[in-house]
Amino acid sequence: MANSTLLKKHSMIKQIMSLKTGIKFILSLWLLTMAHLTYSQPLVDPLDSPSWNLVHKLILSNETVIFDDRVKVVVPDMAEDPMNVPVSVNVDGIGEIEEIRLFADLNPIKEILNFHPGKIEPFIAFRFKVQNSTPVRAAARTKDGVWHVGGSWLDATGGGCTAPSLGRALDNWVDTLGDVKSRLWSRADRPDRLRFRIMHPMDTGLAPGIPEFYIETLELKDKHGELIAHIESYQPVSENPFFSVDLDSKLFQGIVLSGRDNNGNLINQVLQ
Amino acid sequence: MNISSNLSSYRQMHIYYIRRLFKTSLLVLVLSLFNLQLINASELDYKLVAEPVGKGTYVFIGSTKYFSKNNGGNIANAAYVVTNSGVIVIDTGSSYQYGKQMRKYIESTTGLSIIKVFNTHHHPDHFLGNQAFKDVSIASLQGIVNAIDSQGEALNTNLYALVGDWMKETVAYSPTEVVTPGKITIGGHDIEIIALDGHTDSDMAIYDHTTGVLFAGDLIFHDRTPAVANANIQNWLNSIRQLQELDYTYLIAGHGPVTTDQHAMIQTHDYLSWLHETLQSALDKGLDISEALELELPKRFQALDILHEEYKRGVLQLYPSMEQAYFE
Repeated sequence: MANSTLLKKHSMIKQIMSLKTGIKFILSLWLLTMAHLTYSQPLVDPLDSPSWNLVHKLILSNETVIFDDRVKVVVPDMAEDPMNVPVSVNVDGIGEIEEIRLFADLNPIKEILNFHPGKIEPFIAFRFKVQNSTPVRAAARTKDGVWHVGGSWLDATGGGCTAPSLGRALDNWVDTLGDVKSRLWSRADRPDRLRFRIMHPMDTGLAPGIPEFYIETLELKDKHGELIAHIESYQPVSENPFFSVDLDSKLFQGIVLSGRDNNGNLINQVLQ
Repeated sequence: MNISSNLSSYRQMHIYYIRRLFKTSLLVLVLSLFNLQLINASELDYKLVAEPVGKGTYVFIGSTKYFSKNNGGNIANAAYVVTNSGVIVIDTGSSYQYGKQMRKYIESTTGLSIIKVFNTHHHPDHFLGNQAFKDVSIASLQGIVNAIDSQGEALNTNLYALVGDWMKETVAYSPTEVVTPGKITIGGHDIEIIALDGHTDSDMAIYDHTTGVLFAGDLIFHDRTPAVANANIQNWLNSIRQLQELDYTYLIAGHGPVTTDQHAMIQTHDYLSWLHETLQSALDKGLDISEALELELPKRFQALDILHEEYKRGVLQLYPSMEQAYFE
């Protein structure tokens, strides 16, 4: 009697247990599937570019990506002058940014510039060359290794990359090669503005008979030689590039710009 | 017998059907060709109608938008003056088609021939119809002739990209006669050629003392945002002040409706001086060009057509050279 009740109880417990495991099993399966669905679904490119998968692989090595409106890329709707298309990137409210990569999916040379903001604001503006209509994107990498990608379409009828630099038509471009002009604006309500221009043909190598000739690296350092921020630039950056960056100038006593082009010419200038 | 008659009627039927088929397809072919031609003709018809300005002067008012495949590049004003000995044409529109249609309209409505053509400056919406007037003397200032010689074909190519089919057969045709500033008499009209600059390096205004009509070319825009692609704004402002001195009864602007007062002059002057001050102050504040593009535009300019579009185009054109000067 007692034995049979015990047995009954045991089987009941067994049943309840198996029910629990069953539910657990189903639940975990469901979770797994959901997780699988979330992570394996291909990212939908908000710009609907035919080359998103390609640039994701080539420029961001297929690393984890989030499309993020807080990465603001401003380009005009139409490239009036395909040799000089203004672009600015501003990243706000994502936390510390280690690197910003700028690229244009459909340009013959897709990379435009990599910016490592270091001790300054995650903002940079300059002009670049386009050959045809293309998305222009910025990918900002946070400390966790995730790329936050923003961008917009640029309309262009083309010709900016395969034309020779204008300076090539003048005799004296060699005399001014690497010259730097700069100016700092102290601003009360927001970070100070530093603008600098470097004389350089920035030839893409796509114009017949003119090999590629462009600035590859630029570094901003304080007067003790400590790195403040740095830039890796590519052929599409416009001739005689003009950069705008934002920083707190009180933090640095004297800023030096140094850099190098692909032919080994050096740039070195104290900025004021 | 039976079989053979059957066969022959079968053959006849066969022939009959083939003939019918042939006739119908011929009809369809002819109709479709006719249709094609209709479509083509209507597509490339600028539907030009001139409006009178006082007595004996007429103007074809163009759209106040930018070049598009819809308007075929018809965005500027072209005008003509009817004199005793023939017609004087001022600007020829944006394409060979425009020039031809304009000429046909003028000749059929006046019954007179064209004795002189003027180009007010080298922009494509004002001179690319020149080809339709090859048998007439086309006159302009030396600076304008030079600009058409050197940039005309590039401007023409650019317009093919912007307006497409409308441009077919159009080539840049330079003026054939150089005029100097001052008074000349044509068909009994005292015409004053005024050499100015600012909208481009060389702009020509024409003042008809006989009728009191001032043809300002693109030195004046009316209810349309001024285009500054080749502008020197300080020079342009000076030129407007010079034009304001003239005692005209009608003012024909390069773009926008005809006026009798100073309104259009004040409007163009106001916008240009505002634009210059705004960009200069943007530079002084250290703004990048991409930030200058996003500046808010004053409410008082809302009357100007394609304000935002043309403002942005203006910044893209002017800011880099202003920066260059600022950093030297």
